[in-house]
Amino acid sequence: MSNKLIQIGRRLAQALPSVFGVIVISFVLTRALPGDPAVYFAGDMADKDSIEQVRQSLGLDKSWAEQFTIYVRNLINGDWGTSLSTGRSVTEELLTRLPASLELTLIALGLAILAALPLGVLAATRPNSWVDHLCRVMVTAGVSLPTFFTGLFLVYIFYYFLGWSPSPLGRLSIVYLSPPHVTGFYTIDSLLAGDQETFVASIAQLILPAATLGLFALAPIARMTRAAMLGALASDFIRTARANGLSNRVVLVTYAFRNAALPVLTTLGMVFSFLLGANVLVEKVFSWPGIGSFAIQALVASDYAAVQGFVLAMALLFVCVNLFIDVLLTMVDPRVGLDE
Amino acid sequence: MERHLKHFCYVMGENPVTVFAFSLFALIVFFALFGPWIAPYDPLATNVANALQSPSWHHLFGTDQLGRDVFSRVIAATRLDLGIATSAVALSFLFGCALGCSAGFWGGWIDRLIGRFSDTIMAFPLFVLAMGIVAAMGNTVENIIYATAIINLPFYARVARAETSVRRQAGYVHAARLCGSGNIRILATQIFPNILPPMMVQVSLNMGWAILNAAGLSFIGLGVRPPDAEWGIMVAEGANYIISGEWWLAIFPGLALMLAVFCFNLLGDGLRDLVDPQRRT
Repeated sequence: MSNKLIQIGRRLAQALPSVFGVIVISFVLTRALPGDPAVYFAGDMADKDSIEQVRQSLGLDKSWAEQFTIYVRNLINGDWGTSLSTGRSVTEELLTRLPASLELTLIALGLAILAALPLGVLAATRPNSWVDHLCRVMVTAGVSLPTFFTGLFLVYIFYYFLGWSPSPLGRLSIVYLSPPHVTGFYTIDSLLAGDQETFVASIAQLILPAATLGLFALAPIARMTRAAMLGALASDFIRTARANGLSNRVVLVTYAFRNAALPVLTTLGMVFSFLLGANVLVEKVFSWPGIGSFAIQALVASDYAAVQGFVLAMALLFVCVNLFIDVLLTMVDPRVGLDE
Repeated sequence: MERHLKHFCYVMGENPVTVFAFSLFALIVFFALFGPWIAPYDPLATNVANALQSPSWHHLFGTDQLGRDVFSRVIAATRLDLGIATSAVALSFLFGCALGCSAGFWGGWIDRLIGRFSDTIMAFPLFVLAMGIVAAMGNTVENIIYATAIINLPFYARVARAETSVRRQAGYVHAARLCGSGNIRILATQIFPNILPPMMVQVSLNMGWAILNAAGLSFIGLGVRPPDAEWGIMVAEGANYIISGEWWLAIFPGLALMLAVFCFNLLGDGLRDLVDPQRRT
C-alpha cells in the first residue's frame, strides 16, 4: 500500500511541470503579444488615466521576471482580474457559472459511457454483426458531425417538429424558480429541496444538450472499448479461461472487460478535453448559462481578462482531470509501477 | 511510376469506400476552385422580398433571412472553409516537420525542449486554447488560421519525431554522411522524403478536424465576418430561425460541413492503406 502512495505522490509531482507550462503559456497570451496589454485589459472605453492605472496594477512597467512573479502571485491569491462586461471579478464569474457547465458535461459523459461501453463490448464480441456495423457508423458520425450542427438538428426534430422537448433556452424554463443553491447542480439541488416538479423540468432542459455532447463523446469511447476488448479477447489468458470451462459471462466480464477497461479509462482524459471545447459550442446553441457562454460573450465584448481567465481555468481543470484519471489507474491496475 | 499507379488501382478496387472518398474530395476541390462560376446566384446579393423561401426548384436550398440563395452561399463557402483549413494544416505541417525532425535527429536537450513544448500545448483543451489565441492576437481570419495551426502542431511534431528517430541510424543516412553530406542536407534530402508518407496520412486525418475547428470558431463569432459566406457562420445565423421551423438555413451548410469532414476522414483511412508498406502486397 505504501508503494502505491509513493507512486501517487510521484504522479502528483509530475503534474507540477504541466501546471507551470500552462501558466507560462497563459502569461505569454496575456503579455507577450503585439499591442499594449494595458490597453487590452482596460477595454474599449478606457481613457488615458485608466490605462495608466491598469499598467501600474499589472506591473507592466517592470521587467519580465517581475511581471511573471506578480502574475503568479495574483493567480494564487485568486485575483484573476476584473471582467469588464459585468464589473465583477473573473474568479467570481467563473465560479458561479461552473456548476451549470459541469452538470451538463458530467451528465453527457455519463450518458456517453453508458451507451458506448455496451456498444463497444457487443461490437467486439460479435464482429461483422449489425451491432459492429452500428458501432462503426456511430464512431464515424461522432468524429464527422459538428456538435453545433447535431444540437440544432436535435432542436429542430424534438422541439419544433415533434414538440416533445421544452424550448432550448437555458437550464430551466421561465415558469420555474431555480432551486435553493446548495451544489449549483439544479438536478441535485431540486432533489435536496424535495421539489420533484423542478427536478423533472431541469432534466427536460438537460436532455437535448447532454445528448448532443454525449453523441460526440460516444465515438472515441466506443472505438477504444471495441479495440481494447478485441485485444483482450485474443489474448492467452482468455483462451486459458475458456479452456478451463468458465462460463461465457465470467470470461467476458471478469477477465476480458476488466483488462479492457484500463485503456478506456486512459482515453477518458482525452475525451474530457474534447468535451470542454465542445461544451462552448453546445452552450451557445442551447443558451446554457455556463462558463462557455460567458467566454463567448466576453470574446464578443473584447473582455480580455475574462477570456484569459476562462482559458486558464479550463486548462487547470483538464490537468486535474488527467491527474485524477492517472491516480485512479494506479489504484485500479495492480501492474502499474511494478516494472520500475 | 507505373507500379504506383497499379498499386493505387489495386487499393481503390479493394475498397469502394475509398473510391467514394476520392470522388467526394474531387468534387469539393472543384467547388472550391470554380464555386463562383457554378453558383446559380450571387452569394452576397440580397433580395428582401424573397426572404426565407423554403427549398424549391428556383432555390434548391431555399433563401435566407435577407433573401440570399442558400445553395449559392454553401458552394461559395467551400473556398473559404477549405482555404482556412488548408493553410492551417500547411503551416502546422511545415513547422511540425521542422520541430519533429530536429527533435528526432539530434535528440538530447533539443528533443526535451520540443517535447516539453508540445506537452504543454496538449495540456490545454485544444479548442479552448484556440479561442484564447484568437482573443489575444485579434479577431481576424488570419488569426483563426494561426490558432488552428498552433493547436495542431504537436500532432505533426510527434509523428515527425517518431519517424525521424527510427531512421536516424539507417544505412542510407550513413551512406549519405560518408559521401560528405552535412546534417541539414541529410535531413532535407534523405530523411524528409522518407517520412513524407506517414506525414501525409496525418495531414488528411487532421484536415477534417481543422475544418471542424475553424467552423466552430466562426460559429461562436470569431474570424469570418458577415456577410461572407462560411459554413460555420451560416449555421450560426440559421440557428436563430430553427426554432421557428426555417430549417434549411442551418441544416444545409451544416450538412456540407459534415460531408467535407467525413470525406477527409475516409480519405485519411484510404491513404493509410495506400502508403502503409505492411499492407502493400
